[in-house]
Amino acid sequence: MADPFDDLYRELILDHYRKPRNHGEMPDAPIRVEGVNPVCGDEIHLDLKVAGGELRDISFWGVGCSSSQSSASMLTERLKGKPIEEVDRIGKKVRAMLVDGALPDSDLGDLEALEGVAKLPVRVKCALLCWNVLEQGLREATTAA
Amino acid sequence: MSAKLDLARIRKDFPILDQEVNGHRLVYLDSAATSQKPRAVIDALVRYYERDNSNIHRGIHTLAQRATEQYEGTREKVARFIGAPNSRDIVFTRNTTEAINLVAHSWGEQFVGEGDEIVISEMEHHSNIVPWQLLAARTGAVVRFARVRPDGVLDLDSLAALVGTRTKLVSLVHVSNVLGTINPIGEIAELAHAAGALLLVDAAQSVPHMPVNVSELGADFVAFSSHKMLGPTGVGVLWARDGLLDEMAPFMGGGEMISVVREEGSTWASVPHKFEAGTPNIADVIAFGTAIEYLEGLGMESVRAHEVEVTGYAMDELEKLPGLTIHGPRDPQERGGVVSFALEGIHPHDISTIVDGHGVAIRAGHHCAQLLMRALGVPATSRASFSVYSGPDDVDALVAALKHAQEVFA
Repeated sequence: MADPFDDLYRELILDHYRKPRNHGEMPDAPIRVEGVNPVCGDEIHLDLKVAGGELRDISFWGVGCSSSQSSASMLTERLKGKPIEEVDRIGKKVRAMLVDGALPDSDLGDLEALEGVAKLPVRVKCALLCWNVLEQGLREATTAA
Repeated sequence: MSAKLDLARIRKDFPILDQEVNGHRLVYLDSAATSQKPRAVIDALVRYYERDNSNIHRGIHTLAQRATEQYEGTREKVARFIGAPNSRDIVFTRNTTEAINLVAHSWGEQFVGEGDEIVISEMEHHSNIVPWQLLAARTGAVVRFARVRPDGVLDLDSLAALVGTRTKLVSLVHVSNVLGTINPIGEIAELAHAAGALLLVDAAQSVPHMPVNVSELGADFVAFSSHKMLGPTGVGVLWARDGLLDEMAPFMGGGEMISVVREEGSTWASVPHKFEAGTPNIADVIAFGTAIEYLEGLGMESVRAHEVEVTGYAMDELEKLPGLTIHGPRDPQERGGVVSFALEGIHPHDISTIVDGHGVAIRAGHHCAQLLMRALGVPATSRASFSVYSGPDDVDALVAALKHAQEVFA
């Protein structure tokens, strides 16, 4: 697929956009974080449960374009129940792919589909929003612990 | 009856339109953000820098005289274009935003005090909200917001209820950059003046697209930008009713705006120079004069008629798409050349990216009008906007691209 506009809307992204995973509030979430992209009004809320060096549970909701919402859905699916080291590693790889144009590997799972976004600089911030919110949440988890 | 615009000929005057974007003819539907520039304007910039470049007003030599004549010549052209009785009431700024900020500082700090009220509306661009909030923070004044009805029309009853003895200024947009709504400035001026308040009109989306005569409008201040009316960026205009500028303190201090400078204090140049501190944007002001001549050549009645036609066609064609909603007044006679819309199930940013793949440039987002987005109950809209070079074929290209977006998200 040479056309970045087609790349961006690969089936996987649209699938996560239409059927977001881990969507909605977590009733007893110990950590609630949110982020807004003031330029376009995209909003992402993450509810997190961190314990024993693991991201025990995670859910999200928000408003925004397909890049912002599908990125968050993929994030929760890939990272739910994973050790914090793995969470950090995946976060770094996603950033490298979106910001620096690094090639994705199979470690990323569905997140690999976000590769097309990197070719559209104005949309990178959409896909990055949930990752920034996650970092903030993990910082709060460290402070709380 | 105004003459019909010759679209094919006009397009030849705009070099930028002669290109492909992402493998398709460029279809530029973002003129409300900034218009494209005709070759005559681009040539005027080059001619100035190649032949006449020098600093204005102070120089005695020939180039300085030429530059000064052309710079002041644009002031005369602006006066003629907007029906201002006197060119000394016209101040050049950087843009509409700076023109409004000038009033908020120079007039606001002199005439607005604690407990006084400034009435604006939910429909305003951030440039006509934030300067008043900052003035209120400095002076203890209060900013009050008139409401917008669900159909995108200003709620005049809510405006009338807010305007009273405490109101010092009513500041409203003439044509909404999101909805296209044309506000009844004459009626609003009567309301403001009856309460002893002044009226500022943000004319950034009206002066470029329809005949506007400040002598008949009823406003006390009018602000607009060159870059939305075929001229260069970096030039704005503030017009003030006769005598108002004389009562106001300077905005910025420096060269050009003084009469005599002494250690114990300085005196100011006469208006409008009192408000134009430092070397101004000479080249762009001069080329702005060429843009005005270009528009005068087409005739603003003709420009308006053309844009009403394209806007009406766009609304008719867009409405044929399933799940598409148009914000704002339905009658193209009652709006400027701006069509904001929502497409069910597709975020405006996704729409904008997909149609860009078809060479179609539209705007997606809050359009610097977050209060209005809240009033409409949407996070963002997609907006197509028109100018003299826009035509029905542009609308057709947009509709075809939107159909593709619907297929992608089906």
